[in-house]
Order: sequence, then structure tokens, then C-alpha cells
Amino acid sequence: MIRVQREDFDIAAEMKALTGARTDIGALVTFTGLVRDDSSAPGLKAMTLEHYPGMTEKKLSEIEDEANRRWDLTGSLVVHRYGRLEPGEQIVLVITASSHRGDAFEAASFLMDWLKTEAPFWKLEKTGDGETWVDAKVEDEDAKDRWQKE
Amino acid sequence: MKLLYFAWLRERIGLSEEELSLPDGVITVQDLITHLTARGDGYASAFCEPAAVKVAINQDFAKVTDPVTDSDEVAFFPPVTGG
Repeated sequence: MIRVQREDFDIAAEMKALTGARTDIGALVTFTGLVRDDSSAPGLKAMTLEHYPGMTEKKLSEIEDEANRRWDLTGSLVVHRYGRLEPGEQIVLVITASSHRGDAFEAASFLMDWLKTEAPFWKLEKTGDGETWVDAKVEDEDAKDRWQKE
Repeated sequence: MKLLYFAWLRERIGLSEEELSLPDGVITVQDLITHLTARGDGYASAFCEPAAVKVAINQDFAKVTDPVTDSDEVAFFPPVTGG
């Protein structure tokens, strides 16, 4: 399942919703991305995430489908927020469920690497000096490329 | 066709979306960029650095050599930075 929303999310509640009454899930991996105040934008006051409604949902669903094709998952969830966020706030949540941890760990990592280069979101950082659009990072492309099939 | 602009392309052009009748001679995304660039300084500034502009046709990533039609939704935006 994928969701794009302005509101915050509750990690424990999302984990519980994903497992439900199932007892065949042996591994649940969660990744949460937070707004970070770092050296590239010291004194970060806020970050505004813009996205492309429609294409965002489409790309996230495609990414999730691909993860489910590659790994044996019993469930998965991607939640991505948009709008104005302050340092320390949650931006993105990925949860993968599987019988065993290997598939759950790899699928969660894959989902994040793909999402960063394929989902149409843009970050605008606000510091004391003004507002700046964040540049895409080469490392993110490299991180995605490691999942390319030979 | 419907045109959409995001992030700093939206700011430079001053619009988030607009309708455009496919102009004569516009076959590909590159033709469309050339046409838009000639419309004014905002557009010229948005498209001045071709490598920094990504395009999607009907919500799928596309290339500048891809063809466009009058019924397409074409979006221009910088490389994505979500996650």
C-alpha cells in the first residue's frame, strides 16, 4: 500500500495495521526518514516538499510492485509526506513484512533507494539566508543503480 | 495539451500549469521546449540549463526526443529530491 499525505504518521500503528492478525510474518523492517538540519543547509528552519499529484502515487505504486516482484513479502507500506516540515519531523516511512528478515531488509532498502530517484518530490529548504531548492545527489543515483539486474 | 511545471521551473515561469494547443511544427519534447523558450524570459530562464530539466509525459518519465500530442499531459521539473 502507498499513501501520500500532509499529516504525520504513527509508526507503531502502521506496523500493527500491516501485520493485522497474521501469524506467518517473521520479520518487519521499518525505515523512517526525518528532516535533518545538516551542513548543506546550516540553520535549517523548515523544509517544504512539493510533489506531482497523480504521478507521485503512480510511481510509488510501481516501485512497490517491483519490490513485491523481487522479494517474497507478505506486506509493504510506503507513506510519504508533503507540505511544510520542520527539522526532526518525519518525512517518509517504509515498512516491509516477510517470513524472514533477509527479504524484508533488502526490500526496504530497495524501496528507499528507488523512491529517492523515481518519485516526483522536490525539497525547498528555508534557512536564515533564504530559500533554496535542494539539488539531486549523484550518490542517490548510485544507490539506485546497485539494484539494477545484470 | 496540458503543461505542468514544478519546483524552480514553476517559480521561473510563474505558473504551475497551463493549456496549450500543440503548435505547428512541434513534434517532440525538444521542439516543445524550443517553442516555450521563445515565449519569454521566464520560460527562457526555466529551460536555460537542459541537463537540469526532467520531463514526464502522461505521468511517466520521458526523453526530449519523445513525441508529444495535443492530448498529452507534459510536466517539466528538476531532478527529484524526495525521501
